[in-house]
Order: sequence, then structure tokens, then C-alpha cells
Amino acid sequence: MATFNLKINNKKHTVEADADTPLLWVLRDHIDLVGTKYGCGIGQCGACTVHVDGNAMRSCLLPVSQAEDMSITTIEGLSEDGNHPVQQAWKEIDVPQCGYCQSGQIMTASAFLNQNSNPTNSEIRDAMHGNICRCASYNSIEKAVKVAADKIS
Amino acid sequence: MNLSKQQTFSRRSFLKTSALASGGMLISFNLFTACKSDVKPPVDISQLNFNDFNAFIKISDEGKVTIFSPNPEIGQGVKTSMPMLIAEELDVPWEDVYVQQAVLDTENYTRQLAGGSQSIRLGWEPLRQTGATAKQMLVNAAAAKWGISPSECKASQGIITNPKGETLGYGDVVKEAALLDVPGEVTLKDPKDFTIVGKNTSNVDIDKIITGKPLFGLDYKEEGMVYASVLRPPAFGQILESFDDTAARALSGVIDVIVIGEKARIHLEGEKKNWTAQLSKSDKVVVIAKTTWDAIKGKKAIKAVWKNDSELESTESHDKILLDLLNGEKFDTRRKDGNVKKAFANADKILERVYESPFLPHNCMEPMNFFANITPEKVHLVGPIQSPEDAAKVVSDMLDRKLEDIHIEMTRIGGGFGRRLYGDFIYETAEIANKIKKPVKMVSTREDDMTTGIYRPAIKYKIAASIKDGKLTGYHLKEAAVNINMYGLIPNFFPAAALENYQVDTANYKSNITTGAWRAPYTNFLASAEQSFFDELAELLEVDRVQMHLDLLENVKSNPEPNIEYSPERLQGVIKLVVDKSNWGKTGPDVYQGFSVYYCHNTHVAEVADITMENGNPVIKKVTCAVDCGIVVNPLGALNQVRGGIIDGIGHSMYGELTFNNGVPQSNNFNSFQLIRMGQTPPEIDVHFVENDIAPTGLGEPTLPPVGAAVANAIYKATGKRLTKQPYINNMDLEKVVG
Ligand code: FES
Ligand code: FES
Repeated sequence: MATFNLKINNKKHTVEADADTPLLWVLRDHIDLVGTKYGCGIGQCGACTVHVDGNAMRSCLLPVSQAEDMSITTIEGLSEDGNHPVQQAWKEIDVPQCGYCQSGQIMTASAFLNQNSNPTNSEIRDAMHGNICRCASYNSIEKAVKVAADKIS
Repeated sequence: MNLSKQQTFSRRSFLKTSALASGGMLISFNLFTACKSDVKPPVDISQLNFNDFNAFIKISDEGKVTIFSPNPEIGQGVKTSMPMLIAEELDVPWEDVYVQQAVLDTENYTRQLAGGSQSIRLGWEPLRQTGATAKQMLVNAAAAKWGISPSECKASQGIITNPKGETLGYGDVVKEAALLDVPGEVTLKDPKDFTIVGKNTSNVDIDKIITGKPLFGLDYKEEGMVYASVLRPPAFGQILESFDDTAARALSGVIDVIVIGEKARIHLEGEKKNWTAQLSKSDKVVVIAKTTWDAIKGKKAIKAVWKNDSELESTESHDKILLDLLNGEKFDTRRKDGNVKKAFANADKILERVYESPFLPHNCMEPMNFFANITPEKVHLVGPIQSPEDAAKVVSDMLDRKLEDIHIEMTRIGGGFGRRLYGDFIYETAEIANKIKKPVKMVSTREDDMTTGIYRPAIKYKIAASIKDGKLTGYHLKEAAVNINMYGLIPNFFPAAALENYQVDTANYKSNITTGAWRAPYTNFLASAEQSFFDELAELLEVDRVQMHLDLLENVKSNPEPNIEYSPERLQGVIKLVVDKSNWGKTGPDVYQGFSVYYCHNTHVAEVADITMENGNPVIKKVTCAVDCGIVVNPLGALNQVRGGIIDGIGHSMYGELTFNNGVPQSNNFNSFQLIRMGQTPPEIDVHFVENDIAPTGLGEPTLPPVGAAVANAIYKATGKRLTKQPYINNMDLEKVVG
């Protein structure tokens, strides 16, 4: 067990955990931020996606010991009231089915649009390819990313 | 059944109203006795004995409406669409409605189940009657206030108006309404007057989902809760012999290591064994820890020794056994029309094909998990489950507790697909909580989830058709399945009654691998097999593929047969619609189209897949889908369901496969099991609903079964290769891409 200082959603948190604990479980079990989801634990599904210094990262692959001194944003901190353009687009298109994968989808999409606010269809498809949606809401996700891009640019 | 004309119902017996101490009115009703799957609408409400209530509408003094939605939400949208039916007849603005998931009423529990795409079909009348009754009581209360007859009042959008133009809001009369008798008769709206049903309505949990609020079972927490990870046998056919937990106990986050299995065996070996109890009888080692990660680590540190208890089965042996069954003589005949034997003996041509499908895991995005806290007073269970009633019965039996003590709360469910009809994970969690006497959350890892599943079993079909003088004279379908054969209605699906000589036979092999329902059970592959077969048959007969179906359905119409499940008119309707909308046969030379049509879960569906060849690989560009599911309650949700079913069907028929070697599942996570992703999803899925006034049927499943054949038939046109074995990718000389 060791102590780690984390900066999550612009707030400082101190947690006691084993150094190898993935950030995912620190967020969920230690800090009660359960919007970040567990899907596979091996970087294959994207359900656990968060922003680390603005980049989309798989929190299941990031040990807490390496997450210190980084600025971490989770779905809970993406916007004040769910009013980030990507969240709004998700709502407009009514993307979610079961909804479980969607915070990961939103975090991937928002980091991607930050870097490329005017993407082509195939760029969107490539960017979202790493996020599995078992309910297969892919067509709606694709559309929502386009709507969000319009809102941003 | 046509509901275009107004109908009246008596519902005195299934509604109860009460005034709330906090102000407002509570309408309690029982939905589920009326909604048993063997009850065909219209339900005769007066015949039902309702003395218990499991669903509620609350109307506050301000006129705000809270609807407690009773059916588990697994992503099929019933948490939105079922309250829409109530709100429609209650006649309130949808914006004033708040929807909450109801708790399983354990004292007088009744049907609460999400499965078989039945929620909307069975809830259609009772839910609307409930809303209409509540509205009538509010109108009666307002009329009494004004001293006029209720028939002189009008109510709409939460406001009651009298002939003078004076108005009262619902909230103004709830106190009085709560004290009135439940009216014996109410009139339902004419579908053309609907203002909520048929309108696009967003998922009621949308705001919580997009902001990451706790909603799912895995998100549920209680003070003092510990985490549990269960070590189950690595191979089907094995049981625990011994284990060493020294290393696990040495970990700082591990609280305890226990063994469970005894209580499960009490139930498995007892007289009350329930169909949802698909559990290994082995002892299991459980690590109790402070966090999920501690529990997972602790489990990895357990050194267990397993021994063989029954045969360790492999895919190779399954393949051989099932093919032997198909080629053998031991069948149960499930339907027999005319004389197939004779038709085949007299045939000038016979087409015979074998179609094969693998085991499949459900791979719900949210892995299996449950919360339990067991005290002398109460068994408190919280989590994602599709069959809470059965779960309560099993827990009561295995722990020897009164049914009234069992209290199940349902969370939003991160995917069901049939998996969460089975309660193995609840039964384990209950046994753990019973032992440790602490609130506990059992969490399966993805690996646990995929390797200790309740799988779709491998099934093979042999289909044969006899041809005489260029005409189809007989059809013989044989099924060889692992564990359980097709359910009773399937032999009455198309092409039953379309041919004079028709026979369906089934045989099975009992395996120790746990199997169960998987989105559109049986039909999820049977449709691929039959609709691929018809494609080949049409080619052999040199007739148009679509016309052949229309003609066969014409036969059914001219020899009406009460013993069929589908409607030939409605099947013809979706065929014509899909032909029109897909430009069937009229696309350019580079687009290859495949056709498929199917009926299941009371819904009729036809699909056309368009593919092109890119660098020698087939790419699915578009799927056009025509659906007849009666009235579409929520078009937005319906579209999601239809698209989801189609993509799921493409994904699993193209890529999905779980093999076994000596009882061990050979895939355990998404790096070794291919799920369809964005890049493989057709960019366009064009959906058309048949417009009619027929009572609605479900959409969670029926669009999945036909799509496999639509794709296979299109690939045949493009490549000349007939695909008969799923996953198709294995037979296409293509690389299997994972990730
Ligand atoms: S849980 Fe991290 S990628 Fe799947
Ligand atoms: S919405 Fe269910 S997994 Fe994506």
C-alpha cells in the first residue's frame, strides 16, 4: 500500500492503494466516480476511457502509480451540467441503448474532436473503432460525433 | 387484432387508489398477471384475480406524474416505452412525467421479466387501461366539484375543462379522486388521437447516462460493503478438489477467503430446482476484499486443484456428435404435414444442405455482478437481473428463508441478450453474503464472464427439399442441438403450411456445458440456415428468389391453417416493402444484394443486404429493413432496437465463435473473441416500418435472425461461394481481425 496524489476533474485526491491498481478501480472504488466503466480490463473495449492531460486513455491500463502529476478528466468532469457539445449531441441523437459503454464513447469522441474538430466520416470511424458497443449503437454514435463536430466548429 | 375502434374494459379488480399522506394520489396496479406470456391479448381483465400490486403511478398536488416502471430495463427501451403507454391514456404532457424503476414486490410478486420481446406486446392493453382509469377518476372528481356530469368534462394534457371553459389541473383534484371508486368502464383512445405513442421519445435515463451517474449494478454501493471475486472451475466437467490460499491471504487488501457451493447444491438437488439456476455444482473459492482490484488480485493468487467429475468436452467432439445425430434416425417429430418420405422418393431432384453454428457467449458489456446484504430480518439483493421473480424463489429455497424476506431491487442493466435471465451470479452472491454477514458486491471479470457463461449452444440443421417437375414438393428440417431443442412454436413458423409435405424433426445431445437463451433463441441461427437454403433452392428451381416466397405465402393464404404462427399477409407486406425500398435487383453492377425474410417474436421482418467487393473482400454497405411490429410506440427507441439487432446479427454470424478444448472455453476476453466494431458496421441501415393499427409487438430480437442469410446470400452473389457454417469469416479465406 502506498499513498498517491491525484488530480481528477480539477480536484486533488489522496488515495491509499497498491501501486499496481489500475486508475479505473481507484476512480470507481476509492473516489466513487463510477461513470468510468469496466468492460475488459485489457485495453480492448474503451469503456474505461478517461482524458489524461487531454488525451483519451484506457484507465484500466494505467496504474495509479503512473497517474500522479497528471490532469485526469472523467465523464463526471467533462462539463458542469452535461452541456459539453458531445454530451448534447449524444442526447439529441438519443444514442444510448443499455448505456453502459457510452461514457467511454463520449470520452473518446470528445478527446478526438479536440484534436480534429472537422473530421471526415472515415476519420470518425477510425477514431471510434476501439470502443465496443455490445448493443451496437454504432450508427448513432457516428451521427452524434458529426453533430458534435458541427457544434464545436 | 385491430384496435382502431375504441374499446371499453372493466378493471375494477386490478387497480387500487389511495391518498398519500404527503399529498397527491397513488394508483397501484398489477400488470404482470395480465402479462403472462401464455396469455394472448385481449386479456380478460375481469377474469384475473388481482389482490396484489406491483406498479404505481403517483400524481402529486402539482400535477407531476411519477411512473414506477416495473419491467427490467436491459437496453430495449421499455423503461421509456411502457410509461409512454400509461401517460398517453392518462393524457399528461410527457415533460411532466418522471419514470423510476420499480422494486420487485416480494410479498405478492408476479411476472417481472424482460425476455422474448414480450413486454410491449403484453403491456399494451393493461398499461393503457391503467392510464385511462386514472384519467377517468380525475375527471369524475372534477365533475363532482363542479356539480356536473363527467361526460360534460374534457381532459387533455393534464387539464380538465368544463363546458363554461373553466379548468382544473390534475393536481387540483387528486385528493378527491383518490377517495372515489375505481370506475368499472373506461374508453381507450383511438390510435389516431395518440399524442405520445408514435412520437420520438428519448431514453428516460439519458441525462444520467451522458454524465456518468450511478445507474448500473456495478455502480451500486452501500456503507461497509466489501467486494467478492469467485474462482470457478476452469473447465466444464471439473470440480474443486483442494486449494491453497496462503498467498492470497498475505495480500493487504484481502479480508477473507471462503468456500461456497453447499447452498447452491441444496437448490440444484432439491425439488424446487428453477430453470434460472444454471450453476456448477462444484465448490468455489471466494476472495473477500476491500476493493474490486484487491479481490481480483486475491483470486489470481489462489492455487486451486481441480478434478474431473464428468467428461471434458471439445468442439471437435461436439461437431462429430451433432453431425452423427443429423445423419441418424433418432428424432422427435415436431410437426408433420403430408408425407415427406413419399415426396422425396418421387422427386426428380433433391437439395440437401447442412448448416452449422458455434457456441456463443452473451458478452454483456456490463459483466455479471450483484449486491447482497443478508440480515435476520431481510435478504436485500440489488443488481441487474432479467427475471427477479424466479431469482427470489431460488434464493428463498437455497437459504431456507421466507419468500417475503427476499427483497430484490433492479438496477439499469448493461446489456441482457438473455444472459441475465439466469441468476447464477445472484445465487452465488446470496450464498457469499449469507456466510460473511456483511454487505457484499460480487464482481465477475470479463474473463470470468466469458468462460463461465450460459452460452448459446451449438446447433446444426440439415434441410432438404424435394423437387418434382420443376416444383417444390417437400421440405424436411432436422435439428441437432446441444442440450435443448427449438421451442414449441418454431415448427409452425414459415414455411409451415406453405407446402403439402413438411416435417420438422429434432434431436439433442446433453452436454455439461451450461447453455441457455441468447437474443432470439434458436431463430438467431435457424433463420440464417433456412433463408440461405431458400436462396439456393430458388437458384436450382430457376425462379425469382422474392417471387418464390410471395408464391409460397399465397399458398398459405389460399389454404388457411389455424396452426401457424405467422401471418402470410404481413410477411408478404414486409417483402414488398423491402423490395421497393432497397431497389431490389435494380442496383448497379458493383453492388451485390442478398435477401432474407423471417417471422419470430410476433414480428415480421424482411431484409436486404448490399455489399461491394473491396480488394477482394466483401464490405457490407447497407442493410434495408422492413418491419411489421404493429403500432410503433416509440419510433426513436424502435429504430435503435432494429439497428442494434441487425448489427448484432451481422457481427455474430460473421465473427462470433466460442470453441472448447477439454472443457475449457478457448476465448476469454475481447482480444480472443471478435465483437463487431464501428469499422465493420454498415454505414447505412435503412429502416421502414409498416404502418398499421395493429397492437404492437416486440423489437428487441426479431430483426437479428434474418440478417445472417441476407449477408450470406449477398456474399454468394459477389463471390459464388455459399456460406453454411458460422462464423462466416472462417470460411472466406479472410483474416480474422480482433480489436
Ligand atoms: S475496460 Fe479498459 S479498455 Fe476495456
Ligand atoms: S449502449 Fe449498450 S453497450 Fe453500448
